[in-house]
Amino acid sequence: MALLTYRDALNQALAEEMRRDPSVFLMGEEVGVYQGAYKVSRGLLEEFGPMRVVDTPITELGFAGVGVGAASLGLRPIIEFMTWNFALLAIDQIVNHAAKMRYMSGGQVSCPMVFRGPGGAALQLASQHSQAFESYYAHIPGLKVLAPATPADAKGMLKAAIRDDDPVIFIEGEMLYNTKGEVPEGEHIVPIGKADLKREGTDVTIVCHSKTVTPALKAAEALAAENISAEVLDLRSIRPLDTEALFRSAAKTHRVVVAEEGWAFAGVGAQVVDEIQREVFDELDAPVVRVTGADVPMPYNKHLEKAAKADAPKIVAACKKVLYV
Amino acid sequence: MATAAPTIPKKVDAQTAELYRSWLRQMILIRRFEEKTGEAYSLGQIGGFCHLYIGQEAVAVGSIAALRHDDVLTCSYRDHGHALARGMSARGIMAELFGKATGCTKGKGGSMHLFDASKGFLGGHGIVGAHIPITTGLAFAIKYKKGDQVAVCYFGEAAVNNGAFHEALNMAALWKLPAIFICENNRYGMGTALERASAIYDISERACSYDMANEVVDGQDLLAMKAAMDRAVTRGRKESLPTLLEVRTYRFMGHSMSDPIHGHYRTKEEVEEQRKRDPIALWGDQLKAAKLIDDAGIKAMEEDVMAEVMDSLKFAEESPDPDPSELWTDVYAGSN
Repeated sequence: MALLTYRDALNQALAEEMRRDPSVFLMGEEVGVYQGAYKVSRGLLEEFGPMRVVDTPITELGFAGVGVGAASLGLRPIIEFMTWNFALLAIDQIVNHAAKMRYMSGGQVSCPMVFRGPGGAALQLASQHSQAFESYYAHIPGLKVLAPATPADAKGMLKAAIRDDDPVIFIEGEMLYNTKGEVPEGEHIVPIGKADLKREGTDVTIVCHSKTVTPALKAAEALAAENISAEVLDLRSIRPLDTEALFRSAAKTHRVVVAEEGWAFAGVGAQVVDEIQREVFDELDAPVVRVTGADVPMPYNKHLEKAAKADAPKIVAACKKVLYV
Repeated sequence: MATAAPTIPKKVDAQTAELYRSWLRQMILIRRFEEKTGEAYSLGQIGGFCHLYIGQEAVAVGSIAALRHDDVLTCSYRDHGHALARGMSARGIMAELFGKATGCTKGKGGSMHLFDASKGFLGGHGIVGAHIPITTGLAFAIKYKKGDQVAVCYFGEAAVNNGAFHEALNMAALWKLPAIFICENNRYGMGTALERASAIYDISERACSYDMANEVVDGQDLLAMKAAMDRAVTRGRKESLPTLLEVRTYRFMGHSMSDPIHGHYRTKEEVEEQRKRDPIALWGDQLKAAKLIDDAGIKAMEEDVMAEVMDSLKFAEESPDPDPSELWTDVYAGSN
């Protein structure tokens, strides 16, 4: 184990996978000479050269399409978006092409590729740079959607994504790049579709992923001070969703709160609630409550921004609501 | 035009004569196949959208004749002609149009999404212009693997006004990729004339923005198409450089089966004038003038083609629908 930042854990996954498989290459804006807008690709150009670490023009639709074409001929592209906000320009390539190639070709052509980059809000970046898009992509059959919360998961999930034979949407947390954690060295693979219990508890389950894992753990700590035992379940994989883990935890605590950074309407939590009410309704002692981003474009002002975000106090309040305390 | 229109040489060996006749047969096959497709659509045997290629046959046949079996290509949703020219079976295509299990994509793609990976035929794409960057990606993969194939992309002139076209051509030129972009300029993007959609008339000039080789080609002239494509293929294979070919052609039918042959956007007289340059008649006349075929030969060819088309119809009609379980296969790897 080594203590690594989330950024360096991703870097390690990229380097290890590129060493292992010559068909893996990285393409995106500023990934090479600049070493990555967030330095995730630091050192890769020097090790692998410009054919495998490809700087692109600012042309998200274009290079996402290049990735789809390259994947169709058997390469394993990793397409980096400087942020997922910019990937909206490329969503046609992701949704209409990468996600559908296998199906509409009757299984003849596949797109083994990863689209990755930071998602969600950072600090005071305002409306166009502060959006969590997990639910957009999770809606689409043909795509897989991953969102790691810790450095160890970042490494293990990215390696799994690169080896996967389907297009994977890999959403990193912009505010997580500097966070540190123990990361297994070498071959560390986190299987796609497996949630992770980040904290065990008995009274209430907090379902979360990516950047809401930290406030969920803080909320659990605060609740513990009030003798409330909260379980924190990190989904890690949004699609496929680990419904077994969800049902197991819901059946154990009988009370569930779902926290996410994105908006409430048709959000990830809406799907989680649907699964739970349909399959383990009788286990519930209270309606499931959701904590989400406020239903507004993100404001710039820091007080307004804080009010818009899902944070630990809001999660604590939601837990108390489902516990009727 | 880059060069004078090529003509059939005075002396043609037997092998070349056979090749020339095979191109005529391919064009006739596309024409008759499409006519039957139109009939079957009108009878409700084919569903969805259906875009016929009638009038543009020399483009697909002339250009694909210049390719090797390991080259790769994509095209728009007007893809029946390219699929036939690439050697995909009439049976597999017709069965796909009928949505049958024996279709080239098992009834999952339909008219707009024909595929045959074994022939490098990578779709049939339904979003205008979106397959252009995908083809740049195919060319990138060829260069990455140090291959000497070319990646070919067919699209209509209406696609050149969207961002995907420019993004794709810029990267293909910037990275020196073996891509051939074939703009089939049939004058109308659905019902919008070129002049009403594009700020410049000569689409080939758009390549100048990317310092890319380009040509204007008479798409009704099979030999001109073949010659221009030969130059583009050589450029791609030998120099790893892209080309934009603006191929001037004309769609004799409506945009799709729900669109009349002429309507508010073009006159009957215009269509009739254009029909005088039917690519099949033009090539047939050249072959006859060179004494490489006669009327009896063409009649026999027509009968042979018709038998193939009728066989494909019968095959499509008699083939089974996909098993209901097919709904859930091919979504992800392993979902089959």
